[in-house]
Amino acid sequence: MREAPIEDQQEQESVLGPKRPRLAVFKFTSCDGCQLNVLNMEDELLALGEAIDIAYFPEASSRMTPGPYDIVLIEGSITTPEDAPRIAEIRNQAKLLITIGACATAGGIQALRNWGNVEAFKQAVYPKPEFIQSLSTSTPISEHVQVDYELWGCPIDRHQLLNVLTNLLAGIEPRIPTHSVCLECKRQGHVCILVAKGLPCLGPVTRTGCGAICPQMGRECYGCFGPAENASQSPGVPPNTSSLAQQFHQQFQIIPQDIVRRFRGINGYVRPFREESDAWETK
Amino acid sequence: MPGKPNNARTIKVNMMARVEGEGALHVTVCDQEVQDVQLRIFEPPRFFEAFLQGRHFSEVPDIVARICGICPVAYQMSAVHALEPIFGIQIPQSIQLLRRLLYCAEWIESHVLHIYMLHAPDFLGYESGIEMAKDYPDIVKRGLRLKKVGNQLLTLLGGRSVHPVSVKVGGFSRVPSKRELETLIDDLLWARDAAVETIRWTTGFEFSDPEQDYTFVALRSATEYPMNDGLVASNRGLEIPAVDFEQYFQEKQVTYSNALHCLLNGQSYLAGPLARLHLNYEQLSPLVKDVLSTTGLSLPFKRVSQGIVARSLEVLHAIDEALDIIQQYEAPNDAAVSVTPRAGISMAVTEAPRGLLYHRYQVNEDGTIQAVKIVPPTSQNQRQIEEDLRAFLPHVLDRPDEEVALGCEKIVRSYDPCISCATHFLTLHIHKLPA
Ligand code: SF4
Repeated sequence: MREAPIEDQQEQESVLGPKRPRLAVFKFTSCDGCQLNVLNMEDELLALGEAIDIAYFPEASSRMTPGPYDIVLIEGSITTPEDAPRIAEIRNQAKLLITIGACATAGGIQALRNWGNVEAFKQAVYPKPEFIQSLSTSTPISEHVQVDYELWGCPIDRHQLLNVLTNLLAGIEPRIPTHSVCLECKRQGHVCILVAKGLPCLGPVTRTGCGAICPQMGRECYGCFGPAENASQSPGVPPNTSSLAQQFHQQFQIIPQDIVRRFRGINGYVRPFREESDAWETK
Repeated sequence: MPGKPNNARTIKVNMMARVEGEGALHVTVCDQEVQDVQLRIFEPPRFFEAFLQGRHFSEVPDIVARICGICPVAYQMSAVHALEPIFGIQIPQSIQLLRRLLYCAEWIESHVLHIYMLHAPDFLGYESGIEMAKDYPDIVKRGLRLKKVGNQLLTLLGGRSVHPVSVKVGGFSRVPSKRELETLIDDLLWARDAAVETIRWTTGFEFSDPEQDYTFVALRSATEYPMNDGLVASNRGLEIPAVDFEQYFQEKQVTYSNALHCLLNGQSYLAGPLARLHLNYEQLSPLVKDVLSTTGLSLPFKRVSQGIVARSLEVLHAIDEALDIIQQYEAPNDAAVSVTPRAGISMAVTEAPRGLLYHRYQVNEDGTIQAVKIVPPTSQNQRQIEEDLRAFLPHVLDRPDEEVALGCEKIVRSYDPCISCATHFLTLHIHKLPA
């Protein structure tokens, strides 16, 4: 996570400046679920619309006003040749740029193509492949431009987004928790899926934010909030995926192919998960 | 580039607003004649059918949900209903009821979003639901609360409203107790009244798009308003099981769009709430029929803009039925039937909020997916959308471009198109995970 680009504001003023901040929401390759979670703020949406000027949000409004914008939310990953210049242009228009969701933050589930052959896909299907503009990879926004805050999750948790927005409005530096789902799961008092049920739960290596809903629903976490940071060491250190994968293999007799699939999921392209799945591919 | 005749005119909507996903509209007119209408979908493909190959069947509900953030339950429902016959499992009635309840919740949430936040602003002349709230605060608040009731029900059953986590092949990972469900009764009772108000509100709008003689295609069931069961039927005599779908419905590529057009024997048709309503009027709850009879509107609806009324009626139906299901519900002993994988191929159609959603799966003996085909509602409606625009345009060609473009955009929005869904389907047999 990088720091907000604008630091030296006059005292008592939020990074966003004195005026009602202008918000824009842009979409790249995605399912729209994270934007829907903005509209799912049923209790807060109208108040938000007053505190913030929603200047560009095509999914919600026909009013599309040009930049610059104070806060830009990005949903979706980079998958077409036009996407890279487009995100660079958007970055130029954005005081603060926040990625929302696994697609924008990690490449999303469509990053599974990164292990496949997209040219062959297209040619096998389309008589005129030149009409289909698709890159061979799906990459996160941060591989292309500087990102100020990253929200994880497939979809994002709307309370987390609301928290970031209200903090920014109040001039407070937003803090996005990085510890594992396990802590939240314990806090809620669920029976441990891994230890008690013997299911290959990714909770120990997955970032909190969802509210531990999978254990609550009696199933194993599948990593949709991406990798946690290793709490016992310093922040930024990746979680110990290899010890968890070993446990899956040795204790639960999970075959390498299944371990590959487990880590190569919604956040499969993000480094700790990618390296773990690649390591098991050859075992 | 070929030169354009002087009297040619191109009307463009470069970014359609208030639809899910990204698309544009290009209309070419020459000598007051419509030459070409193209609904261009530039939402890039995501290759779901490719990723699914080599995955385990148990992962399918979590993966296909990501095709669409607005109707993930529909994808999960079509998937489990397609996969379960392969494994020869029977789903107990209580689980079937819960699945119906989950679908009711999604219909409520998705329809109310479209009615209040995306479509109504067209009738009342606003840019968005949020803008509309400045003049109609109580109405928009009613809509938001109604939507929230749908989302609460989704969250109770699935852990969260977007991409719920509890659906699995064989049942659920967890089922609620009757008491948990009963905590929502008060909200649902409020919602039932609000849904009646919604119908009175939307039936009062002015519908001015041209009347059309649509071919409607939807599931039709003898016992219920269709969600997970029924035959694929039309108002022109079609009645087939899901297994025959691909014999009658074919996908066609057009070069200007990343989505394939699905046609019924080469012809366009309309799928979605209007089609369901016309083919299943008898199965609507008595309350819905009563309310409709007092509005002054009656079937058939021949204008696509009246989709907003069809959605309002379905919201009331879904709420009424949710209350009914909660009343009869007895929690099953097991949340899911156990599944032993075996090889096979099977297909299912369920009714997504926007219409028919077809899935076909071919599974290997070890439970890995060999091939998948998915046909979402929006690719089925695309051709019909273009035809509606062709019918609409001659009435407005004397108006300025901006006005024509807005009129076209409104017609497209009447379909509640989900463009994210429409592009993610390519039949591929290449990408494989290592064995
Ligand atoms: S992160 Fe998940 S929910 Fe958000 S847009 Fe991407 S696929 Fe949809």
